[in-house]
Amino acid sequence: MSNLLDVENLWVRFPTRSGIFEAVRGISFSLARERLGIVGESGSGKSVTGRAILRLIRPPGMVAADRIDLEGKDILRIPELKMRDVRGQGISMIMQDPKFSLNPVMRVGDQISEAYLLHADTSKAQARTKTIEMLVAVSIRDPERVYNMYPHEVSGGMGQRIMIAMMMIPGPKILIADEPTSALDVSVRMQVLEIMDRLVRERGMGLIFISHDLNLVSTFCDRVLIMYGGKIVETCKADRLHEARHPYTKGLLNSLPRLDAPRDRLDVLTRDPAWRDQPSVSGML
Amino acid sequence: MSGILIENLNVWFGEGHERVDAVKRASFEVPEGGSFGLVGESGSGKSTILRALTGMVPSWNGRMEILGKELGAKRDRSFYRKVQMVFQDPYASLHPRHSVDRVLSETLQLHGFGDIDRRVSKLLEDVGLGPEFRFRYPHQVSGGQRQRVAIARALASEPSILLLDEPTSALDVSVQAEILNLLTDLRRERNLTYLMVTHDLAVVSHVCTEIAVMQLGEIVELLNVDDMRNLRASHPYTSHLLRSSLGRRSESTEAESVSTEAG
Repeated sequence: MSNLLDVENLWVRFPTRSGIFEAVRGISFSLARERLGIVGESGSGKSVTGRAILRLIRPPGMVAADRIDLEGKDILRIPELKMRDVRGQGISMIMQDPKFSLNPVMRVGDQISEAYLLHADTSKAQARTKTIEMLVAVSIRDPERVYNMYPHEVSGGMGQRIMIAMMMIPGPKILIADEPTSALDVSVRMQVLEIMDRLVRERGMGLIFISHDLNLVSTFCDRVLIMYGGKIVETCKADRLHEARHPYTKGLLNSLPRLDAPRDRLDVLTRDPAWRDQPSVSGML
Repeated sequence: MSGILIENLNVWFGEGHERVDAVKRASFEVPEGGSFGLVGESGSGKSTILRALTGMVPSWNGRMEILGKELGAKRDRSFYRKVQMVFQDPYASLHPRHSVDRVLSETLQLHGFGDIDRRVSKLLEDVGLGPEFRFRYPHQVSGGQRQRVAIARALASEPSILLLDEPTSALDVSVQAEILNLLTDLRRERNLTYLMVTHDLAVVSHVCTEIAVMQLGEIVELLNVDDMRNLRASHPYTSHLLRSSLGRRSESTEAESVSTEAG
Protein backbone atom coordinates (compact mmCIF):
# COMPACT_ATOMS: atom_id res chain seq x y z
CA MET A 1 0.00 0.00 0.00
CA SER A 2 1.72 3.16 -1.13
CA ASN A 3 -0.96 5.61 -0.09
CA LEU A 4 -0.50 7.42 3.19
CA LEU A 5 -4.19 7.68 3.82
CA ASP A 6 -7.29 6.04 2.40
CA VAL A 7 -10.73 7.20 3.34
CA GLU A 8 -13.70 5.29 1.99
CA ASN A 9 -17.36 6.25 2.26
CA LEU A 10 -17.01 8.72 5.12
CA TRP A 11 -20.19 10.03 6.70
CA VAL A 12 -20.42 12.58 9.51
CA ARG A 13 -23.80 13.25 11.10
CA PHE A 14 -24.95 15.62 13.81
CA PRO A 15 -28.32 15.21 15.51
CA THR A 16 -30.24 18.49 15.70
CA ARG A 17 -33.66 19.45 16.92
CA SER A 18 -34.99 19.21 13.39
CA GLY A 19 -33.55 15.79 12.63
CA ILE A 20 -30.13 14.47 11.70
CA PHE A 21 -27.87 16.85 9.83
CA GLU A 22 -25.48 15.15 7.43
CA ALA A 23 -22.32 17.26 7.26
CA VAL A 24 -20.31 14.80 5.18
CA ARG A 25 -22.16 12.42 2.91
CA GLY A 26 -20.18 9.40 1.79
CA ILE A 27 -16.92 10.76 0.45
CA SER A 28 -13.90 8.70 -0.55
CA PHE A 29 -10.41 9.92 -1.21
CA SER A 30 -6.81 8.95 -0.71
CA LEU A 31 -3.62 10.83 -0.04
CA ALA A 32 -0.21 9.87 -1.35
CA ARG A 33 2.97 11.82 -0.62
CA GLU A 34 1.40 14.87 -2.17
CA ARG A 35 -0.34 18.08 -1.33
CA LEU A 36 -4.09 17.63 -1.51
CA GLY A 37 -6.39 20.62 -1.33
CA ILE A 38 -9.97 20.44 -0.09
CA VAL A 39 -11.95 23.49 -1.17
CA GLY A 40 -15.49 24.54 -0.47
CA GLU A 41 -17.62 27.21 1.13
CA SER A 42 -18.70 27.41 4.75
CA GLY A 43 -20.84 24.42 5.54
CA SER A 44 -19.55 22.26 2.70
CA GLY A 45 -18.08 19.75 5.14
CA LYS A 46 -14.40 20.37 4.49
CA SER A 47 -13.31 21.10 8.06
CA VAL A 48 -15.48 18.33 9.45
CA THR A 49 -13.71 15.93 7.07
CA GLY A 50 -10.34 16.98 8.49
CA ARG A 51 -11.53 16.55 12.05
CA ALA A 52 -13.19 13.21 11.34
CA ILE A 53 -9.89 11.77 10.08
CA LEU A 54 -8.28 12.61 13.43
CA ARG A 55 -11.39 11.40 15.25
CA LEU A 56 -11.92 14.81 16.77
CA ILE A 57 -15.70 14.81 16.23
CA ARG A 58 -17.17 14.73 19.71
CA PRO A 59 -20.46 13.06 20.54
CA PRO A 60 -23.29 13.59 19.77
CA GLY A 61 -21.61 13.90 16.37
CA MET A 62 -21.35 10.53 14.63
CA VAL A 63 -18.66 9.38 12.24
CA ALA A 64 -19.09 6.35 10.03
CA ALA A 65 -16.89 5.05 7.24
CA ASP A 66 -16.09 1.83 5.44
CA ARG A 67 -12.47 2.47 6.30
CA ILE A 68 -9.98 5.15 7.29
CA ASP A 69 -6.53 3.65 6.83
CA LEU A 70 -3.27 5.30 7.74
CA GLU A 71 -0.55 3.52 5.74
CA GLY A 72 -2.80 0.51 5.43
CA LYS A 73 -3.60 0.35 9.14
CA ASP A 74 -7.14 0.99 10.25
CA ILE A 75 -7.45 4.00 12.56
CA LEU A 76 -11.23 4.12 12.62
CA ARG A 77 -11.70 1.33 15.13
CA ILE A 78 -8.60 1.48 17.32
CA PRO A 79 -9.08 2.42 20.99
CA GLU A 80 -8.92 6.08 22.00
CA LEU A 81 -5.62 5.57 23.88
CA LYS A 82 -3.91 4.23 20.75
CA MET A 83 -5.39 7.13 18.81
CA ARG A 84 -3.23 9.45 20.90
CA ASP A 85 -0.14 7.99 19.26
CA VAL A 86 -1.64 8.59 15.86
CA ARG A 87 -2.34 12.23 16.66
CA GLY A 88 0.99 13.97 16.45
CA GLN A 89 3.18 11.16 15.18
CA GLY A 90 0.86 9.91 12.47
CA ILE A 91 -1.30 12.86 11.59
CA SER A 92 -1.18 16.37 13.00
CA MET A 93 -3.39 19.35 12.39
CA ILE A 94 -2.93 23.09 12.17
CA MET A 95 -6.05 25.08 12.98
CA GLN A 96 -7.19 28.40 11.68
CA ASP A 97 -6.33 30.84 14.43
CA PRO A 98 -3.18 30.47 16.55
CA LYS A 99 -4.76 32.72 19.17
CA PHE A 100 -7.21 29.98 20.06
CA SER A 101 -5.01 26.95 19.61
CA LEU A 102 -2.02 27.89 21.77
CA ASN A 103 -2.18 27.61 25.55
CA PRO A 104 -2.25 31.23 26.75
CA VAL A 105 -0.53 30.57 30.11
CA MET A 106 2.38 28.46 28.90
CA ARG A 107 5.59 29.64 27.24
CA VAL A 108 5.54 28.78 23.55
CA GLY A 109 8.84 26.92 23.78
CA ASP A 110 7.52 24.69 26.55
CA GLN A 111 4.43 23.94 24.49
CA ILE A 112 6.53 22.81 21.54
CA SER A 113 8.83 20.73 23.78
CA GLU A 114 5.82 19.10 25.36
CA ALA A 115 4.64 17.95 21.95
CA TYR A 116 8.06 16.39 21.39
CA LEU A 117 8.41 14.85 24.87
CA LEU A 118 5.03 13.13 24.55
CA HIS A 119 6.17 11.18 21.53
CA ALA A 120 9.93 10.80 21.96
CA ASP A 121 11.82 9.24 24.82
CA THR A 122 14.31 12.02 25.55
CA SER A 123 15.43 14.45 28.21
CA LYS A 124 14.03 17.94 28.67
CA ALA A 125 17.35 19.48 27.66
CA GLN A 126 17.32 17.57 24.41
CA ALA A 127 13.74 18.55 23.76
CA ARG A 128 14.75 22.16 24.24
CA THR A 129 17.57 21.88 21.70
CA LYS A 130 15.20 20.20 19.27
CA THR A 131 12.59 22.93 19.82
CA ILE A 132 15.11 25.67 19.11
CA GLU A 133 16.09 23.85 15.90
CA MET A 134 12.44 23.64 14.94
CA LEU A 135 11.90 27.35 15.59
CA VAL A 136 14.83 28.07 13.30
CA ALA A 137 13.27 25.78 10.68
CA VAL A 138 10.11 27.90 10.68
CA SER A 139 12.23 31.02 10.07
CA ILE A 140 12.07 32.52 13.54
CA ARG A 141 15.12 34.71 13.77
CA ASP A 142 15.62 34.88 17.52
CA PRO A 143 14.56 31.39 18.70
CA GLU A 144 16.04 31.64 22.22
CA ARG A 145 13.99 34.73 22.95
CA VAL A 146 10.83 33.43 21.31
CA TYR A 147 11.12 30.19 23.30
CA ASN A 148 10.43 32.12 26.48
CA MET A 149 7.56 34.22 25.17
CA TYR A 150 3.87 33.76 25.90
CA PRO A 151 1.34 33.45 23.06
CA HIS A 152 -0.05 36.97 23.61
CA GLU A 153 3.41 38.40 23.00
CA VAL A 154 3.75 37.03 19.47
CA SER A 155 2.08 38.26 16.29
CA GLY A 156 -0.45 36.22 14.31
CA GLY A 157 2.07 35.20 11.66
CA MET A 158 4.62 34.16 14.26
CA GLY A 159 1.93 32.33 16.24
CA GLN A 160 1.05 30.29 13.18
CA ARG A 161 4.73 29.49 12.57
CA ILE A 162 4.93 28.33 16.18
CA MET A 163 1.91 26.09 15.55
CA ILE A 164 3.65 24.65 12.49
CA ALA A 165 6.78 23.99 14.58
CA MET A 166 4.68 22.27 17.23
CA MET A 167 2.86 20.10 14.71
CA MET A 168 6.04 19.16 12.85
CA ILE A 169 8.20 18.27 15.83
CA PRO A 170 6.78 14.79 16.49
CA GLY A 171 7.55 13.97 12.85
CA PRO A 172 4.06 13.22 11.52
CA LYS A 173 3.49 11.59 8.15
CA ILE A 174 0.46 13.68 7.35
CA LEU A 175 -0.26 17.30 8.12
CA ILE A 176 -3.82 18.59 7.97
CA ALA A 177 -3.90 22.36 7.66
CA ASP A 178 -7.39 23.78 8.23
CA GLU A 179 -7.47 27.31 6.84
CA PRO A 180 -3.98 27.94 8.24
CA THR A 181 -3.73 31.47 6.89
CA SER A 182 -7.21 32.95 6.87
CA ALA A 183 -6.60 34.72 10.18
CA LEU A 184 -3.37 36.25 8.86
CA ASP A 185 -2.57 39.38 6.91
CA VAL A 186 -1.91 39.07 3.18
CA SER A 187 1.69 40.12 3.59
CA VAL A 188 2.61 37.31 6.00
CA ARG A 189 0.27 34.73 4.47
CA MET A 190 2.66 33.78 1.69
CA GLN A 191 5.60 33.49 4.06
CA VAL A 192 3.75 31.11 6.38
CA LEU A 193 2.56 29.00 3.46
CA GLU A 194 6.01 28.79 1.97
CA ILE A 195 7.47 27.61 5.27
CA MET A 196 4.77 24.97 5.59
CA ASP A 197 5.22 23.90 1.99
CA ARG A 198 9.00 23.62 2.30
CA LEU A 199 8.85 21.50 5.48
CA VAL A 200 6.22 19.19 4.02
CA ARG A 201 8.30 18.61 0.90
CA GLU A 202 11.65 18.22 2.69
CA ARG A 203 10.19 15.58 4.97
CA GLY A 204 8.27 13.73 2.28
CA MET A 205 4.99 14.19 4.11
CA GLY A 206 1.45 14.28 2.86
CA LEU A 207 -0.48 17.54 3.23
CA ILE A 208 -4.22 18.06 3.34
CA PHE A 209 -4.83 21.74 2.83
CA ILE A 210 -8.36 22.82 3.69
CA SER A 211 -9.33 26.25 2.42
CA HIS A 212 -12.09 28.30 0.86
CA ASP A 213 -9.59 30.12 -1.34
CA LEU A 214 -9.48 28.40 -4.71
CA ASN A 215 -6.56 30.35 -6.08
CA LEU A 216 -4.45 29.78 -3.03
CA VAL A 217 -5.14 26.07 -3.13
CA SER A 218 -4.34 25.84 -6.81
CA THR A 219 -0.91 27.39 -6.24
CA PHE A 220 -0.01 25.30 -3.21
CA CYS A 221 -1.40 21.87 -4.00
CA ASP A 222 -0.95 19.04 -6.48
CA ARG A 223 -4.54 17.83 -6.48
CA VAL A 224 -7.80 19.47 -5.44
CA LEU A 225 -11.10 18.06 -4.18
CA ILE A 226 -14.03 20.45 -4.45
CA MET A 227 -16.73 19.89 -1.86
CA TYR A 228 -20.33 21.03 -1.91
CA GLY A 229 -23.10 20.00 0.44
CA GLY A 230 -21.00 17.31 2.11
CA LYS A 231 -20.00 15.63 -1.14
CA ILE A 232 -17.04 15.84 -3.47
CA VAL A 233 -18.40 17.37 -6.66
CA GLU A 234 -15.16 17.40 -8.61
CA THR A 235 -11.52 16.44 -8.36
CA CYS A 236 -8.77 17.78 -10.55
CA LYS A 237 -5.09 18.49 -10.86
CA ALA A 238 -4.39 21.82 -9.20
CA ASP A 239 -2.80 23.35 -12.28
CA ARG A 240 -5.84 22.31 -14.32
CA LEU A 241 -8.28 24.02 -12.00
CA HIS A 242 -9.26 26.63 -14.59
CA GLU A 243 -10.34 23.77 -16.86
CA ALA A 244 -12.79 22.58 -14.20
CA ARG A 245 -16.08 21.39 -15.63
CA HIS A 246 -18.49 21.35 -12.71
CA PRO A 247 -20.68 24.49 -12.68
CA TYR A 248 -20.05 24.95 -8.96
CA THR A 249 -16.26 25.06 -9.39
CA LYS A 250 -16.58 27.37 -12.36
CA GLY A 251 -18.98 29.57 -10.45
CA LEU A 252 -16.60 29.85 -7.53
CA LEU A 253 -13.71 30.74 -9.81
CA ASN A 254 -15.68 33.41 -11.63
CA SER A 255 -17.04 35.01 -8.51
CA LEU A 256 -13.56 36.10 -7.40
CA PRO A 257 -12.50 39.64 -8.18
CA ARG A 258 -9.09 39.60 -9.79
CA LEU A 259 -6.35 42.13 -9.61
CA ASP A 260 -5.05 41.26 -13.05
CA ALA A 261 -8.38 40.90 -14.84
CA PRO A 262 -10.84 43.73 -14.20
CA ARG A 263 -14.54 43.09 -14.72
CA ASP A 264 -17.48 45.37 -14.40
CA ARG A 265 -19.65 42.86 -12.59
CA LEU A 266 -18.73 39.72 -10.76
CA ASP A 267 -20.52 36.53 -11.67
CA VAL A 268 -22.91 35.40 -9.03
CA LEU A 269 -23.09 31.72 -8.31
CA THR A 270 -26.51 30.22 -8.80
CA ARG A 271 -26.83 27.01 -6.88
CA ASP A 272 -28.61 24.16 -8.53
CA PRO A 273 -30.42 21.98 -5.95
CA ALA A 274 -29.58 18.96 -8.10
CA TRP A 275 -25.89 19.27 -7.15
CA ARG A 276 -26.71 18.09 -3.66
CA ASP A 277 -28.19 14.86 -4.95
CA GLN A 278 -25.51 13.92 -7.43
CA PRO A 279 -23.30 11.06 -6.27
CA SER A 280 -20.00 12.00 -4.70
CA VAL A 281 -16.98 11.86 -7.00
CA SER A 282 -14.23 9.57 -5.76
CA GLY A 283 -10.91 11.17 -4.87
CA MET A 284 -9.16 7.80 -4.58
CA LEU A 285 -5.88 7.22 -6.33
CA MET B 1 -16.39 69.94 -3.93
CA SER B 2 -14.64 67.01 -2.39
CA GLY B 3 -16.57 64.30 -0.63
CA ILE B 4 -13.94 63.60 1.97
CA LEU B 5 -10.83 65.65 2.57
CA ILE B 6 -8.19 64.64 5.08
CA GLU B 7 -5.12 66.75 5.66
CA ASN B 8 -2.25 65.99 8.01
CA LEU B 9 -4.37 63.82 10.21
CA ASN B 10 -2.67 62.49 13.34
CA VAL B 11 -4.37 60.07 15.69
CA TRP B 12 -2.82 58.78 18.87
CA PHE B 13 -3.85 56.68 21.82
CA GLY B 14 -2.52 57.01 25.36
CA GLU B 15 -0.27 59.66 26.83
CA GLY B 16 3.38 59.96 27.81
CA HIS B 17 5.48 56.87 27.33
CA GLU B 18 2.36 54.83 26.56
CA ARG B 19 1.48 57.00 23.59
CA VAL B 20 0.97 55.12 20.35
CA ASP B 21 0.74 57.06 17.12
CA ALA B 22 -1.85 55.14 15.17
CA VAL B 23 -2.08 57.53 12.21
CA LYS B 24 0.71 59.90 11.22
CA ARG B 25 0.30 62.86 8.85
CA ALA B 26 -2.27 61.16 6.65
CA SER B 27 -3.61 63.24 3.74
CA PHE B 28 -5.94 62.26 0.94
CA GLU B 29 -8.99 63.48 -0.88
CA VAL B 30 -12.00 61.60 -2.20
CA PRO B 31 -14.05 63.48 -4.80
CA GLU B 32 -17.81 63.44 -4.43
CA GLY B 33 -19.08 60.23 -5.99
CA GLY B 34 -15.60 58.72 -5.93
CA SER B 35 -14.47 55.51 -4.33
CA PHE B 36 -11.29 55.37 -2.36
CA GLY B 37 -9.61 52.36 -0.77
CA LEU B 38 -7.32 52.14 2.22
CA VAL B 39 -5.19 49.01 2.27
CA GLY B 40 -2.57 47.75 4.65
CA GLU B 41 -2.07 45.06 7.24
CA SER B 42 -3.70 44.91 10.68
CA GLY B 43 -2.46 47.71 12.88
CA SER B 44 -1.49 49.96 10.01
CA GLY B 45 -4.10 52.54 11.02
CA LYS B 46 -6.60 52.16 8.21
CA SER B 47 -9.63 51.49 10.39
CA THR B 48 -8.50 54.23 12.79
CA ILE B 49 -8.98 56.79 10.01
CA LEU B 50 -12.61 55.67 9.66
CA ARG B 51 -13.05 55.88 13.41
CA ALA B 52 -11.56 59.37 13.47
CA LEU B 53 -13.93 60.48 10.72
CA THR B 54 -16.97 59.23 12.59
CA GLY B 55 -15.83 60.85 15.83
CA MET B 56 -15.04 57.65 17.67
CA VAL B 57 -11.50 58.59 18.72
CA PRO B 58 -10.99 61.47 21.14
CA SER B 59 -7.37 62.38 20.40
CA TRP B 60 -6.57 63.65 16.95
CA ASN B 61 -5.41 66.76 15.18
CA GLY B 62 -5.20 67.88 11.59
CA ARG B 63 -8.03 68.72 9.25
CA MET B 64 -11.00 66.60 8.20
CA GLU B 65 -13.73 67.82 5.87
CA ILE B 66 -16.94 66.13 4.78
CA LEU B 67 -18.65 67.66 1.73
CA GLY B 68 -16.76 70.90 2.24
CA LYS B 69 -17.65 71.20 5.90
CA GLU B 70 -14.86 71.02 8.46
CA LEU B 71 -15.29 68.55 11.28
CA GLY B 72 -14.74 69.60 14.87
CA ALA B 73 -14.57 67.64 18.08
CA LYS B 74 -18.27 66.74 18.05
CA ARG B 75 -20.46 65.42 15.27
CA ASP B 76 -24.03 66.65 14.95
CA ARG B 77 -27.02 64.69 13.76
CA SER B 78 -26.75 66.01 10.22
CA PHE B 79 -23.29 64.43 10.01
CA TYR B 80 -24.65 60.98 10.75
CA ARG B 81 -27.34 61.55 8.19
CA LYS B 82 -24.73 62.15 5.52
CA VAL B 83 -22.13 59.62 6.62
CA GLN B 84 -22.89 56.00 7.42
CA MET B 85 -20.76 52.97 8.06
CA VAL B 86 -20.95 49.27 7.16
CA PHE B 87 -19.00 47.05 9.49
CA GLN B 88 -16.90 43.97 8.90
CA ASP B 89 -18.82 41.30 10.69
CA PRO B 90 -22.56 41.18 10.12
CA TYR B 91 -22.77 38.57 12.86
CA ALA B 92 -21.60 41.16 15.38
CA SER B 93 -23.09 44.38 14.05
CA LEU B 94 -26.78 43.41 14.15
CA HIS B 95 -28.67 43.15 17.41
CA PRO B 96 -29.47 39.45 17.84
CA ARG B 97 -32.87 40.09 19.43
CA HIS B 98 -34.09 42.79 17.07
CA SER B 99 -35.90 41.76 13.94
CA VAL B 100 -34.88 43.20 10.58
CA ASP B 101 -37.99 45.36 10.71
CA ARG B 102 -37.03 46.79 14.09
CA VAL B 103 -33.40 47.42 13.08
CA LEU B 104 -34.53 49.45 10.09
CA SER B 105 -37.54 51.25 11.56
CA GLU B 106 -35.62 52.29 14.67
CA THR B 107 -32.89 53.78 12.48
CA LEU B 108 -35.47 55.61 10.39
CA GLN B 109 -37.16 56.96 13.52
CA LEU B 110 -33.86 58.21 14.92
CA HIS B 111 -33.25 60.13 11.75
CA GLY B 112 -36.72 61.64 11.97
CA PHE B 113 -38.32 60.11 8.93
CA GLY B 114 -42.03 59.59 8.58
CA ASP B 115 -43.78 57.00 6.47
CA ILE B 116 -41.62 54.32 8.03
CA ASP B 117 -43.57 51.32 6.84
CA ARG B 118 -43.14 52.17 3.18
CA ARG B 119 -39.49 53.13 3.65
CA VAL B 120 -38.62 49.83 5.32
CA SER B 121 -39.99 47.81 2.42
CA LYS B 122 -38.24 50.12 -0.05
CA LEU B 123 -34.91 49.68 1.78
CA LEU B 124 -35.24 45.91 1.74
CA GLU B 125 -36.05 46.00 -1.95
CA ASP B 126 -33.05 48.25 -2.64
CA VAL B 127 -30.63 45.75 -1.13
CA GLY B 128 -32.25 42.80 -2.88
CA LEU B 129 -34.11 41.24 0.04
CA GLY B 130 -37.68 40.13 -0.42
CA PRO B 131 -40.52 41.18 1.90
CA GLU B 132 -40.34 37.76 3.58
CA PHE B 133 -37.15 38.87 5.35
CA ARG B 134 -38.79 41.79 7.09
CA PHE B 135 -39.82 40.05 10.28
CA ARG B 136 -36.91 37.68 10.61
CA TYR B 137 -34.24 37.80 13.27
CA PRO B 138 -30.53 37.89 12.37
CA HIS B 139 -30.03 34.21 13.22
CA GLN B 140 -32.71 33.29 10.68
CA VAL B 141 -30.82 34.73 7.73
CA SER B 142 -27.47 33.85 6.13
CA GLY B 143 -24.24 35.85 6.42
CA GLY B 144 -24.68 37.54 3.06
CA GLN B 145 -28.28 38.47 3.85
CA ARG B 146 -27.19 39.92 7.18
CA GLN B 147 -24.68 42.10 5.43
CA ARG B 148 -27.49 43.24 3.13
CA VAL B 149 -29.50 44.21 6.20
CA ALA B 150 -26.50 46.12 7.54
CA ILE B 151 -26.21 47.92 4.21
CA ALA B 152 -29.93 48.71 4.26
CA ARG B 153 -29.52 50.17 7.73
CA ALA B 154 -26.65 52.34 6.50
CA LEU B 155 -28.77 53.52 3.56
CA ALA B 156 -31.76 54.36 5.78
CA SER B 157 -30.69 57.95 6.41
CA GLU B 158 -30.10 58.46 2.67
CA PRO B 159 -26.42 59.24 3.18
CA SER B 160 -24.06 60.51 0.52
CA ILE B 161 -20.97 58.88 2.01
CA LEU B 162 -20.55 55.25 3.01
CA LEU B 163 -17.61 54.11 5.08
CA LEU B 164 -16.98 50.42 4.43
CA ASP B 165 -14.85 48.60 6.95
CA GLU B 166 -13.87 45.24 5.38
CA PRO B 167 -17.48 44.65 4.31
CA THR B 168 -16.88 41.23 2.77
CA SER B 169 -14.03 39.65 4.69
CA ALA B 170 -16.36 37.55 6.85
CA LEU B 171 -18.21 36.15 3.83
CA ASP B 172 -17.71 33.28 1.39
CA VAL B 173 -16.37 34.17 -2.04
CA SER B 174 -19.64 33.60 -3.89
CA VAL B 175 -21.50 35.74 -1.36
CA GLN B 176 -18.72 38.31 -1.49
CA ALA B 177 -19.39 38.66 -5.22
CA GLU B 178 -23.08 39.40 -4.55
CA ILE B 179 -22.29 42.06 -1.95
CA LEU B 180 -19.61 43.68 -4.11
CA ASN B 181 -22.05 43.84 -7.03
CA LEU B 182 -24.67 45.36 -4.76
CA LEU B 183 -22.22 48.01 -3.55
CA THR B 184 -21.21 48.82 -7.13
CA ASP B 185 -24.85 49.19 -8.19
CA LEU B 186 -25.80 51.33 -5.21
CA ARG B 187 -22.92 53.70 -5.82
CA ARG B 188 -23.89 54.10 -9.44
CA GLU B 189 -27.60 54.64 -8.71
CA ARG B 190 -27.20 57.05 -5.83
CA ASN B 191 -23.88 58.70 -6.65
CA LEU B 192 -22.49 57.61 -3.29
CA THR B 193 -18.96 58.31 -2.13
CA TYR B 194 -17.15 55.24 -0.79
CA LEU B 195 -14.25 55.04 1.58
CA MET B 196 -13.36 51.39 1.90
CA VAL B 197 -10.91 49.71 4.24
CA THR B 198 -9.69 46.26 3.28
CA HIS B 199 -6.66 44.05 3.18
CA ASP B 200 -7.76 42.31 0.01
CA LEU B 201 -6.19 44.03 -2.97
CA ALA B 202 -8.37 42.22 -5.49
CA VAL B 203 -11.50 43.50 -3.72
CA VAL B 204 -10.19 47.04 -3.49
CA SER B 205 -9.25 47.04 -7.16
CA HIS B 206 -12.77 45.94 -8.02
CA VAL B 207 -14.56 48.61 -5.99
CA CYS B 208 -12.19 51.58 -5.83
CA THR B 209 -10.47 53.81 -8.33
CA GLU B 210 -7.90 55.37 -6.00
CA ILE B 211 -5.98 53.51 -3.34
CA ALA B 212 -3.80 54.54 -0.42
CA VAL B 213 -1.39 51.98 0.97
CA MET B 214 -0.74 52.29 4.69
CA GLN B 215 2.06 50.92 6.79
CA LEU B 216 2.71 51.65 10.46
CA GLY B 217 0.29 54.55 10.55
CA GLU B 218 1.60 56.32 7.48
CA ILE B 219 0.28 56.48 3.95
CA VAL B 220 3.29 55.22 2.05
CA GLU B 221 1.82 55.40 -1.41
CA LEU B 222 -1.19 56.73 -3.30
CA LEU B 223 -1.95 55.05 -6.57
CA ASN B 224 -4.84 54.56 -8.95
CA VAL B 225 -6.34 51.29 -9.98
CA ASP B 226 -4.52 51.09 -13.32
CA ASP B 227 -1.16 51.46 -11.63
CA MET B 228 -2.16 48.73 -9.29
CA ARG B 229 -3.32 46.34 -11.97
CA ASN B 230 -0.13 46.86 -13.92
CA LEU B 231 1.94 46.47 -10.76
CA ARG B 232 3.37 49.96 -11.14
CA ALA B 233 4.21 50.61 -7.51
CA SER B 234 7.08 52.79 -6.39
CA HIS B 235 7.15 51.89 -2.71
CA PRO B 236 8.70 48.48 -1.89
CA TYR B 237 5.93 47.69 0.61
CA THR B 238 3.26 48.20 -2.06
CA SER B 239 5.08 45.92 -4.49
CA HIS B 240 5.39 43.34 -1.75
CA LEU B 241 1.64 43.51 -1.10
CA LEU B 242 0.83 43.27 -4.79
CA ARG B 243 3.11 40.29 -5.26
CA SER B 244 1.73 38.46 -2.28
CA SER B 245 -1.85 39.00 -3.34
CA LEU B 246 -1.12 37.58 -6.78
CA GLY B 247 0.62 34.68 -5.08
CA ARG B 248 2.79 32.30 -6.99
CA ARG B 249 0.36 32.62 -9.83
CA SER B 250 2.01 35.81 -11.08
CA GLU B 251 4.48 34.06 -13.38
CA SER B 252 1.91 31.75 -14.93
CA THR B 253 -0.67 34.51 -15.44
CA GLU B 254 1.94 36.60 -17.18
CA ALA B 255 2.65 33.70 -19.50
CA GLU B 256 -1.08 33.25 -19.99
CA SER B 257 -1.73 36.86 -20.97
CA VAL B 258 1.19 36.78 -23.41
CA SER B 259 -0.18 33.67 -25.09
CA THR B 260 -3.69 35.13 -25.39
CA GLU B 261 -2.26 38.24 -26.98
CA ALA B 262 -0.35 36.09 -29.46
CA GLY B 263 -3.49 34.05 -30.20
